[in-house]
Amino acid sequence: MDKPMNESSNLSTDVVSDERLPTTDSAPRTEMEVTRRQVLSGIGAAAAVAAAGMAVPARATRGTAIPPVETISSATFSATSGIALQAPPTTAPGILVLLTLYGGNDGLDTVVPYSSSVYQAARGELAVRPEQVLKLDSELGLHPAMVGMKGFWDRKKLAIIQGVGYANPNRSHFRSMDIWQSGVSDQYEVSGWLGRWQDATSTDPLRMLSIGPSVPRALVGLKGGGGSALPNGQVALPGGVGVTNAFVELGKGTAGSELGVWGAKVGASVTNLARVVDQLGPVLKAGSQAAVSTSLEGGAAANGDNDNVLASQLDDVATLIRGGAPTRVYSVSLGGFDNHATEREQHARLLSIVDTALSDFLTKLSSDPRAAAVTILVYSEFGRRVQANLSVGTDHGTAAPVLVVGPKVKGGFYGETPSLTNLDQGDLRFTTDFRAVYASVLANVLGVDPSVSLGSNSPAPIPFMS
Amino acid sequence: MADELLSNLAHLYRRAGFGARRDQLKALQPAGYDAAVETLLNRSLPDPAADAFPRPNLMSTLSPGDIETLEERKVRTKARGAQRRELAIWWIERMTIAEAPLREKLTLFWHAHFATSIDKVNEASFMLSQNEIFRSLGAGRFETLAQAVAKDPAMMIWLDSNQNKKGSPNENFARELMELFTIGIGSYTDADVREAARAFTGWRIDRRSGQFNLQKGQHDAGQKVILGKVGAFGGEEVITLLASQPSAARFVASKMWSRFAFPVLPDDPIVTDLANVFSADGDITALMRAVLRHPEFVSKRSKQGLVKQPIEWLVGALRALGLRPSTVTFRPQVFLSALSNLNQVPFDPPSVGGWPQNGYWISTATAHARLSASVTLAKAANLSWLSGAPASQRLDLIASQLGVDGWTSSTSTALIKASDPRSQVTVALVSPEYILN
Repeated sequence: MDKPMNESSNLSTDVVSDERLPTTDSAPRTEMEVTRRQVLSGIGAAAAVAAAGMAVPARATRGTAIPPVETISSATFSATSGIALQAPPTTAPGILVLLTLYGGNDGLDTVVPYSSSVYQAARGELAVRPEQVLKLDSELGLHPAMVGMKGFWDRKKLAIIQGVGYANPNRSHFRSMDIWQSGVSDQYEVSGWLGRWQDATSTDPLRMLSIGPSVPRALVGLKGGGGSALPNGQVALPGGVGVTNAFVELGKGTAGSELGVWGAKVGASVTNLARVVDQLGPVLKAGSQAAVSTSLEGGAAANGDNDNVLASQLDDVATLIRGGAPTRVYSVSLGGFDNHATEREQHARLLSIVDTALSDFLTKLSSDPRAAAVTILVYSEFGRRVQANLSVGTDHGTAAPVLVVGPKVKGGFYGETPSLTNLDQGDLRFTTDFRAVYASVLANVLGVDPSVSLGSNSPAPIPFMS
Repeated sequence: MADELLSNLAHLYRRAGFGARRDQLKALQPAGYDAAVETLLNRSLPDPAADAFPRPNLMSTLSPGDIETLEERKVRTKARGAQRRELAIWWIERMTIAEAPLREKLTLFWHAHFATSIDKVNEASFMLSQNEIFRSLGAGRFETLAQAVAKDPAMMIWLDSNQNKKGSPNENFARELMELFTIGIGSYTDADVREAARAFTGWRIDRRSGQFNLQKGQHDAGQKVILGKVGAFGGEEVITLLASQPSAARFVASKMWSRFAFPVLPDDPIVTDLANVFSADGDITALMRAVLRHPEFVSKRSKQGLVKQPIEWLVGALRALGLRPSTVTFRPQVFLSALSNLNQVPFDPPSVGGWPQNGYWISTATAHARLSASVTLAKAANLSWLSGAPASQRLDLIASQLGVDGWTSSTSTALIKASDPRSQVTVALVSPEYILN
């Protein structure tokens, strides 16, 4: 159905109260602006922070070390500078790349309990055989398509959090994805877990960016901020100078606000687009030109694989990160995981797309110092039922592994692997609260007290980040 | 355009149609609002232009036999893509030329309700037959429509009905039937889904002809317990049972109100008003009439309550500017690219839940895509009605042509800044006034 959650007036006031979400004041922040001049003249961000007498690492209430946040604000970053920052700050603010797998990724076919006879029997011809699996230990292994991820595992940069889910699992794609993206499982919630982070800390439309035509719920805020979206590969406004000038004018002042809440949002989208194109356009343009020239010089296709829609989105992310964009959260996605029938080939193809795209992305970034700040979170709305159906596919399930990969990740298994025999209506029982994963990301990648997004009863973070 | 009746008629034609020019609305003024509603609802109204518009000639793209060369497969894949585009452009054109626009609006509504994607169905001809079901049955009885859709080849492929076997039911169709098509989440349990899935076992269609049949050997004829009722239900009986539930009347009424007026939940008091009318015999036309004549329908909340869906936005702009996909000088696939960037391609909803509303259509990305499409539309249009007029009259002429009540001060400033007629029309099409439905 058309989810009523799109209508904020129904729910926003009672669902998100000030009691549940602490105000900005309670979040430990050291907002600090480093000017471009300081950066270019060789004063790194850390030095500038120290000079300003603010180099005190903030500490969250739970005792989790919080890195200084926002050492670079978007004010530092300017379209006129082209590739903005020559020298990255020594304490680069963390960057999150959120990869959403739509359709319900089969967790048991991703992190495979290959040694289990229960698994082999339940999945029958869908099962990954012990001789095919990329072994992680004596019981679990990665799907054979995930060669790149196996490499990150071997280098201890891939964390696998097992059995992630929530109580009373919902098997509807839409409701369950809403739960995952909102970070609230026991009631309807309009805003996203990252949208609330944005609400509490910034109104900058450049701070969260969805690569694609729309903004997923995870990035939706309630205070008119929230994430922006940039179509894959787009850099400039169309229509020439006359149209551009008028369009920019259209977004000025109180555009659309006389027309109610949606009119105001349309107006804000015009204002924000003008800003996003003005500031990120030059970076993407410079990035794509660099890619073309590399391609011509090297004689190789350096421009990414156009058949891989995820790789194409991640190419834009890599370009923006390399160009020093102030964006802290990037959202990318891949659909097609709802494999009720003939899952084997389809799922292998999808996992291969994910594996190739993520590996190439991290490899491309690895020469850039900013790569050290990047963490990728991979999740889906649910896993699949343990028992395969007779269509050689699987039906909607519940708990599944979440993958976290990046230079700052402490690789290994976290959480408890769900039992394959103690099931709930044929489905796995969750062992790890999904919000605990978010809490770790909020604390260790975004550098805030997780309660700004998850409320005062937020579960403790899982120590998968160094 | 201070006239309230004129403003209400403009709103009615935006929601129950694809918008109308001010001179068209003025012609409706003497007979009044209720008469305009009846004209829109009248199914026997002739629509010769739309009915005469030839359907695309679509063939099965199934492999003709067991053995196929790589070359043959390539040809088939290419034909599949071409048919898919042809079908989508055909419907856009049909909506653009329709003189009974509510029929197309309801077809679009049911397409989003029983949302089926060609991405999985893969046969344009099956998607076209489903579209014809929505058009021919979409204003009749809800149960009749639901029964037809359940046996429709596109739906049966889309939700794996074809794979549903006795002993190992595939729950996909049964679950979405309850959650998204009839009674809505909260009105059933997971056990109801499992039981209902058994009732649909053995339902099959021929992948080539689309012919439905019940394979008795794969059908579970045993006793089932669904919503507390016990019986050896078959699929048809499950649909009858679901369609007769009070929760179904509320659920469908809430979806229709949310789509034509403003988003509400099924427990909203307005839905009670509508469900009272609808629950008697599930007459969709009666429900539609109750929506369009409800006092809240012409309220400010309603007028400001919806963002145009991209298909509505594009078709409305084509109609207002006198354009047709088949007569533009460029390839009409350009319109499909625009809709793709706006996240709404006909026959390709993102999921079985259809398209979300309002906020889903507003982002920096869609603002970009709308501007690109507007540039193309304004370039293709004959703007002599505007360019001959003095600059002082142009803003009002554009409002009249697009069927909006008028411009806010910030949009007026932007339109004046745009200066030349083509840029003015481009910017008007992306203004908050026009994007709001």
